[in-house]
Amino acid sequence: MGLLYGLIAVGLALIFGLMDVVNFAHGEFLMIAMYASFFLFAFFAIDPLLSAPLVAAALFVFGAVVYLLIVRFAMRAKANAGMVQIFSTFGLAIVMRGLAQFFFTPDYRSIPQSWLGGKTISVGGIFLPEPQLIGALVSILAFAGLYFFIHRTDFGRALEATREDPGAVALVGIDKNRVFALGWGLGAALVGLAGAIMAVFFYIYPDVGASFALIAYVTVALGGFGSVFGAFAGGIIVGLVEAITALVLPPSLKSVGIYAVYLLVVFVRPRGLFGSM
Amino acid sequence: MDMNFAARRRRDLIIAAVLTGIAALAPLFIKDVYVQNILILTLMYAALSQSWNILSGYCGQISLGHALYFGIGAYTTSLLFTKFGVLPWFGMLGGGVIAALIAMALGYPFFRLRGHYFVIATIVIAEIGLLLFQNWEWAGAAMGITVPIRGDSWLKFQFLRTKLPYFYFALALCCLAWFVTWWLEDSKWGFWWRAVKDNPEAAESLGVVVFNSKMGAAAVSAFLVAIGGAFYAQFLAYIDPESVMGFQFSLLMALPAVLGGIGTLWGPVLGAAILIPMTELTRSYIGGSGRGVDLIVYGTLIVLISLALPRGLVSLFSRSKAKGATR
Repeated sequence: MGLLYGLIAVGLALIFGLMDVVNFAHGEFLMIAMYASFFLFAFFAIDPLLSAPLVAAALFVFGAVVYLLIVRFAMRAKANAGMVQIFSTFGLAIVMRGLAQFFFTPDYRSIPQSWLGGKTISVGGIFLPEPQLIGALVSILAFAGLYFFIHRTDFGRALEATREDPGAVALVGIDKNRVFALGWGLGAALVGLAGAIMAVFFYIYPDVGASFALIAYVTVALGGFGSVFGAFAGGIIVGLVEAITALVLPPSLKSVGIYAVYLLVVFVRPRGLFGSM
Repeated sequence: MDMNFAARRRRDLIIAAVLTGIAALAPLFIKDVYVQNILILTLMYAALSQSWNILSGYCGQISLGHALYFGIGAYTTSLLFTKFGVLPWFGMLGGGVIAALIAMALGYPFFRLRGHYFVIATIVIAEIGLLLFQNWEWAGAAMGITVPIRGDSWLKFQFLRTKLPYFYFALALCCLAWFVTWWLEDSKWGFWWRAVKDNPEAAESLGVVVFNSKMGAAAVSAFLVAIGGAFYAQFLAYIDPESVMGFQFSLLMALPAVLGGIGTLWGPVLGAAILIPMTELTRSYIGGSGRGVDLIVYGTLIVLISLALPRGLVSLFSRSKAKGATR
């Protein structure tokens, strides 16, 4: 579970690290991905495990479009820049929730039978649910891929460079908007991946994103904004804390542990665990 | 409009007095209960947003957890009333004081946080409050509290036959929040807040005074919001954790100021006057289907207005100022 939180959070961290924008519609990106994976299963009987790359690709396009249509303009605001970002992405979240309600109705849906659903695997006497295990594996792979992508490819270097000095980058002929749009696409694709996997073991409904979004923000902030590695580490910590809290407190209070740890960490280190700024 | 600060402040006060007069007479002509209800909510949100604006707008410490203080106000009044029979007036003050104290206690660690870390900390603390209240059996847990009807009087702050007293209380609260903002704008705190917001590094060199002024903003802001919460609980006679402490409520409180103009005297009032009737009307005319059309309309407007008018709607009225210096 922690690794999945990490995967959701990495997309958010990427976008934040890239341009200092927090996407308040991140949870809704996740929700859309879960629906996409649900409908691919319902209409074409494509198992979520197979549709995950498709969903990720679709979300990539969606993320880039959101950047070009909304975020690009939000970043231009000179007055109240922080507010404009928060409320334009938050407005988008409301629209997405409304659209989901309109087209998919507020009903709860779930994917009844997938290759993985409900199966468990025994590792040295400990029973682990298969979907979660695969989710963890995919998360690790995606994280490794992203790490490689950022540090080893031209595009990754362009991303880093644009982050450090957008002005200088323009001089070498890199189009800032293109780089940012790709960054948003990539961030969205990672949530898409997470959503496709999570569709197997969570109910899907228009507000589902909201419950994960706050945990994603906490995860990112815990690791330190701007640090992709921090987001992943934050995810693991959040997963562990949640599991421990669930043992001590009633299930309905399990998130309290996560929030408390977040507050403790930022009070001691106001920039998060791995934050560099 | 080359007006000096003192003249502008005098003009603001006169406008406010005229508007209050008009608003006070409005119920003489508007008898429709549905419309009166919308007016009451509009005034309440204007008051809440004005209070939120003190900390988040003027002082620049964006809080998305103000629902915590609203909830504390609502719960303190309702619990004292239902469990101990304490009159809502005392509960209201008690809730305000508790909220202010909590805001100051949180201020110590929170005001060290910058930007998004601060925003997320405020969301998180409100969420913790929400979860605790949802699990607190004595306070009605997730089911909430139904405020019992004990009469029809100002003493008990319950009115069965007419909504007018609620209207006048909401108007008074709105005036109070506006007046406090107006008064603080020209105070020592007001100047420090602007310094904190515009240039945090320079403000840091002022150290303690800046910290104290932030604490002041947090306390005043939380106190007024809690009074609003107490009012809301008596007005609806029913509260539950999600509806008074949920994240949605923190946003609803911030939106009028955002649309009208953050950190401005008139922004929250203008924003509420447009946003709340619009919300209520879209909800009752197209939201009834339960299919989220109202959300789509509402969200689209938020996106468009925040992108097109980052300074809020008040910037439409002061073009000359927008061209000049930032303030």
